[in-house]
Amino acid sequence: MISITVNGKAQKLDVEEDMPLLWALRDELKLMGTKYGCGIAQCGACTVHVDGQPVRACVTPVGSVQGKKVLTIEGLSKPGLHKVQKAWIEHAVPQCGYCQTGMMMAAAALLQKTPQPTDAQIDDAMTNLCRCGTYARVKKAIKSVAAGGKSAPAKA
Amino acid sequence: MNAITRREFIQVSAASGAALTLEFSIPGTAFAQKAAATPAEVTAWILIHPDDRVTIRIARSEMGQGSLTGLAQLVAEELECDWAKVGWEYASPNEHVKRKRVWGSMSTGGSAGVRTSQEYLRKAGASAREMLVAAAADQWKVSPADCTVANGVITHGASKRRVSYGKVAAAAATRTPPDEKTVKLKDPKDWKIAGKDVARLDIPDKVLGKPVFGVDVNLPGMLMASIAQCPVFLGKVKSVDSAAAEKMRGVKGVVKGTDFVAVVADNWWRANNALKSLKIEWDEGANGKVSDESIKAMLKAGLDEKGLPNARSTGDVPAAMTAATKVVEAEYYSPYLSHATMEPMTATAWFKDDGMLHVWTSTQNGEASMAAASEAGGLPLEMVEVHKMMLGGGFGRRGAPQDYVKQGVIIAKEFKGKPVKMIWSREEDMQHGFYRPVSLVRMKAALDKDGAVTAMHSTIACPSILALLRPEGIQKGIDFTAVRTFADMTYTIPNQLCEYAQKNPHVPVGFWRAPGLQNSFYRECFIDEVAHAAGKEPLAFRLAMLKPDDKNRLVLEACAKAADWGKPLPPGVFRGIAQSDGFGSYTAMAAEVSVNPAGEIKVHRVVFAIDSGYVVNPDACRAQAEGNVIFCIGQFYQAHHIKDGRVAESNFHDFPLPKMAEMPKVETHLVPTGGFWGGHGEPGALNVAPAIMNAVFAATGKRIRTLPFTADELKKA
Ligand code: FES
Ligand code: FES
Repeated sequence: MISITVNGKAQKLDVEEDMPLLWALRDELKLMGTKYGCGIAQCGACTVHVDGQPVRACVTPVGSVQGKKVLTIEGLSKPGLHKVQKAWIEHAVPQCGYCQTGMMMAAAALLQKTPQPTDAQIDDAMTNLCRCGTYARVKKAIKSVAAGGKSAPAKA
Repeated sequence: MNAITRREFIQVSAASGAALTLEFSIPGTAFAQKAAATPAEVTAWILIHPDDRVTIRIARSEMGQGSLTGLAQLVAEELECDWAKVGWEYASPNEHVKRKRVWGSMSTGGSAGVRTSQEYLRKAGASAREMLVAAAADQWKVSPADCTVANGVITHGASKRRVSYGKVAAAAATRTPPDEKTVKLKDPKDWKIAGKDVARLDIPDKVLGKPVFGVDVNLPGMLMASIAQCPVFLGKVKSVDSAAAEKMRGVKGVVKGTDFVAVVADNWWRANNALKSLKIEWDEGANGKVSDESIKAMLKAGLDEKGLPNARSTGDVPAAMTAATKVVEAEYYSPYLSHATMEPMTATAWFKDDGMLHVWTSTQNGEASMAAASEAGGLPLEMVEVHKMMLGGGFGRRGAPQDYVKQGVIIAKEFKGKPVKMIWSREEDMQHGFYRPVSLVRMKAALDKDGAVTAMHSTIACPSILALLRPEGIQKGIDFTAVRTFADMTYTIPNQLCEYAQKNPHVPVGFWRAPGLQNSFYRECFIDEVAHAAGKEPLAFRLAMLKPDDKNRLVLEACAKAADWGKPLPPGVFRGIAQSDGFGSYTAMAAEVSVNPAGEIKVHRVVFAIDSGYVVNPDACRAQAEGNVIFCIGQFYQAHHIKDGRVAESNFHDFPLPKMAEMPKVETHLVPTGGFWGGHGEPGALNVAPAIMNAVFAATGKRIRTLPFTADELKKA
């Protein structure tokens, strides 16, 4: 049994220690917001927070987060929409949306650590892949959060 | 957010056993709200609920392009309803068949969602409005002509009586719809909902991480499958030793198809792990030796063939070449590329005990998915239902080829009574695509003594997408997707010849975003070369070849103006420009680029102008332009290499996608001139490579004719 806390809830999982956290979340806990994109830490679609740090859940064995706190997109929006999510809606960031949960988790972690990121810091931290090409809006939304949510709406 | 219909509600309840007021996370598209009283179906497209909420049915698929919202805007505009009360649901493919295809085409591609359905959707909205007004007028015993509508409320002017749509919807639904031909549509100048930046209907659920995608389907007792296909295309399974796999934890079975093997387990990771332990012997067939080199040789031989079918022949090209003062000639090449949608191919299938086959999938064509499921499942269409999920990207991969749906059904057939969700690994996805075709093109232009182009001869060697996916579309040996941009170019060159060498290696090809866009790269870079050879300025050179009323000219001028063409640039920054039309729209693009001494390119600014006739959701159109630009920047370094009959690349480490840091500033200028309807999902892709490569030429004097290329090729000598 592996004990982890997911979105504030204690969970016991009867799974292999080396099962990636991604598949424990998706197929065992049925939390579908965290996505599979590559399985090799290249795309960031699976980004979640472990004890506040962004990690790529596809290469994080669930055994390694034993006793730790995992936050997924489903938890980010509790109790209300996270400021990143609000900015994402305001700036109409998602296209297909598939990469966006990972993108928002990465952005939330960045803003937690660096509340006023520069363009270069955003480029460095946000290495998530988006095939639809929403990068300009991702950046704009992050900057609007950094500016306290006060920025012109998206008209890229 | 969006109302659930009774039909969906029943399906959902049956599937999940959920109680009436629970929020549930499956099938179809709708998220349940409290079960409301039954809505009235005023027309097949429009359901109106007693509490005035409106559910608009959508037949095309949403894959991030935003047309779900655009289509709803067009219906709502004519319906005159309150946009704040608009929700949506996908039209059911099963009911579509039963109701004699009442929702028209479900195909989503070619940037055609809005432009090819706008008329019947607007008419559906207007018809429903007329029916609602007539129902109210009947109740009041007044003439419909004396009633007005706004925001879903009908008012009788004289008596000041008012009633909302929800109150008369049931009565309206019993009326005969007006004759299509008598239905009058608004002048787009009067639009209040269409043409405006309304918020996209699909965004909130996506931001919340709700389970909206094909891979997110979650059904009671569901099993998970991972699949391995023969690495050499068209190969078959010879034998499988699954002894080790079957003993692994969670494994429920191994399915052997003719050209794939799948492991089914209780968790996808377990299925995929067990898959790796299979000992599969493949029959690779005759293609195990095919390579980039053999394919290039095949294309090259095609260019030299005599008597090729031509897609365009005007004037006398050989005579003009002989008479030319100067002849410019060049060959350009681009490789196979995969769609690399972020969501890999996926399908969930469930043979239910009642004899129905249900499929949940991310599809660009619900009807095609249903046909594929019916074929693979051996059931008539009426016994198949397809639940369309949000696509984690489409770009053409999930339209015509329904390979993954067939596989999902074949796998689930071995587990009758249980839902099975198949997800391809990224590696499978990358190595089993329907790739953008490789192509090699030779262009030759004749210049007279004044530097005017008197003739152009293009020969295109390229696999045919239509031959594989829609053979009936080939006309006189021509696949229009292979010859576009040459066959239909509007440059007023008096003598033109465009020939097509159809060469089909065994690698499957398909519709990649803006099918045929390689030709825009070739043509518009070549035109730049010719301008240079003629000693002319590239913008003026193009304008001189475009008729005054050509919309390509208007959009090129708009782009040049917005891009400050001809004005000074910061040191080290250079411009390039390109124009080409497609997917119903006219587009031009200018790029500002610098190249550092190491040969690395930085794209600073891209200015894009598009005339699509009308614009239904400007912000969604701008988003498409931004996406197209960065999507296409990937072409500079992406390639799929063919080695031993298979694709060599397997994941994002060797087929990289563009990242945040590469995103240039994109300025989109929507310049709709009206009178026609053009698309937005793909036209923005056309000119990215040529505009940027023309700027790179301006910066370095080096002409890139082969994609991809390396920084070394641009390094200062
Ligand atoms: S799925 Fe984890 S980084 Fe791509
Ligand atoms: S929004 Fe589609 S992959 Fe990012």
